[in-house]
Amino acid sequence: MNFWIIQGLNGLAFGSLLFILASGFSLIFGLMRIVNLSHGAYFMLGAYVGLSAIEAGVNFWIAILIGGGAICILGTVIERFILRRLTGQPLAQVLVTLGIAFIIADTCVWIWTGDPRPVPMPHELAGAFRISHLAFPIYRLFVIGVAFVLAAALWFLLERSRLGAMIRAGVDDLTMARAMGIRTSLLFSVVFCLGSALAGAGGVLAGPILSVYPGLDTDMLPLALVVVILGGVGSLLGAFVGSLIIGFIYSYGQALFPDLAYMILFLPMVLVLTLRPTGLFGKQAF
Amino acid sequence: MRSPVSTLSLSLIGLVALLVMPWLVTSEYYINIASQIAIAAILALSLNLLVGWGGMISLGHAAYLGVAAYLSIYLTTQAGFGHLTGALIAIGATTGLAMIFGYLALRASGLGFLMITLALGQILWGVAYRWSSLTGGDNGLGGLKRPHPFGLNLMDPTTFYYFVLVFLGIALLCMARFMQSGLGQSLQGTRDQPRRMHALGYNVWLIQWLSFVFAGFWGAVAGLLYAYYNQFVSPQALHLTTSAETLLMVIAGGTGTLLGPVVGAALVVILKNVVSAYITRWLILLGVIFVVIVLFMPEGLVPGARRVLRALKNSPHTDKDADVSSIVRDRTQ
Repeated sequence: MNFWIIQGLNGLAFGSLLFILASGFSLIFGLMRIVNLSHGAYFMLGAYVGLSAIEAGVNFWIAILIGGGAICILGTVIERFILRRLTGQPLAQVLVTLGIAFIIADTCVWIWTGDPRPVPMPHELAGAFRISHLAFPIYRLFVIGVAFVLAAALWFLLERSRLGAMIRAGVDDLTMARAMGIRTSLLFSVVFCLGSALAGAGGVLAGPILSVYPGLDTDMLPLALVVVILGGVGSLLGAFVGSLIIGFIYSYGQALFPDLAYMILFLPMVLVLTLRPTGLFGKQAF
Repeated sequence: MRSPVSTLSLSLIGLVALLVMPWLVTSEYYINIASQIAIAAILALSLNLLVGWGGMISLGHAAYLGVAAYLSIYLTTQAGFGHLTGALIAIGATTGLAMIFGYLALRASGLGFLMITLALGQILWGVAYRWSSLTGGDNGLGGLKRPHPFGLNLMDPTTFYYFVLVFLGIALLCMARFMQSGLGQSLQGTRDQPRRMHALGYNVWLIQWLSFVFAGFWGAVAGLLYAYYNQFVSPQALHLTTSAETLLMVIAGGTGTLLGPVVGAALVVILKNVVSAYITRWLILLGVIFVVIVLFMPEGLVPGARRVLRALKNSPHTDKDADVSSIVRDRTQ
């Protein structure tokens, strides 16, 4: 019984990290039709930048802002100066983001070497939370809380704000949204910037749990893809539910059949693609 | 497109050059690189079937290379199968995998297809990396001896080169035959006008699926030769970078042509070997090439370089016609 509760919480924590990454990825894909294959690299680079900030003596919370901010700037530059030149050519955009992902990944090895680096945990969140004989790390509970707050904030932004209404209009019908006078180019920049910032900050936040290592990017990117395939394109709820499903599957899988944890990821993909190719909450096919 | 005669004569010259190459170049190093190119070319040819003629951009094509390589090595060194049965089972099983992956990936098209192939490919990589009791994990599987078909000694680099060249020749013939077949023609139809093909009564899904499986089969053949060449396989064979390199070969040589992928394979393999001799940062270069190609030479490296040279030599006017849709035809609009 304890095993199931602890692994369930672990799955929830991993799913939370995944949601921070995948929500931005899904929003960018839903609105801009850009499959941002650099997203995993943003996550890793954000974690490295945060780590360096912490090693330079910066407080953990500021380091999250620095990691998120740095990736936000990088993402905005890439969107403005590269992706925008390729508007209307989705496949060209994918190949560029793939190339950028390789450049970032190899640069990270260059700068931070190939050894895995744990990101130190903020001391105020160290330790464990106990109920009778169950102990669970406070930091993971905190990460779960962050993801739920983020989900609520994104929901509020998308469903209750003017900006969100414009984004939803763009996801549903870009041409019509533009015809109605929405400045979609500005919208694109905002969403790409937001998605990049989330990836970067998420990387720092994940550091104390996953630590940072070369290959973190290609470990996380396919998981984000699977989340979007599972949840549906551009759907916040889909990204949330998909992340939690993958979080649980991955966590229980790793505890029960460590060799096959990756193999089990096929299962939800096979089921969803066979029964509901638009994803659980998607309105449109890919 | 050049006239068929000059294409034919060029191909003949190329063929003769390939055949006499081992006499002119005596260094084993270069002969081995030529073998690498031939194997990579078979893989690139099979991917070109999807990308060039089918308009289906796959970022998981390393799956067939890697799975066939793992299977053939596992079956012959650990499960006690003979070379021939091991090879046949490996190719058969990998083709079966392509049937399943094709079914899943073709639930979507365009960007969705790309995402699903990437995810499936990376999951396989994760399995190879983590399931170490079976795959040896990061250390990979080794210990494969090259076979001795018809008494040929494949341990000799030159003999092995010819052995691989025969497969490349068969692959080229098959691809040319496929292009002219009804299936190949209708595949190009589904690339350009999927709706119209559907309206004309063609089973678009079946055409794409059969082509996907055919491409998977040739990917498996490349994987088998890869296993014989290296006598070793590691998760790297399944990694996204391998899929991306293969896609680069297809794009660099110019998609949808018969010989483009062969030229692309030669370019990428030679570049990789040359670069690796001087610096360890191949991945950065790979990324930069991707960005540069897409931004500046969207029609492929070979035609693109020709255009840039012509533009430098001649008038300042540049043609704006070239966009990426000429190499990777967009079906996502």
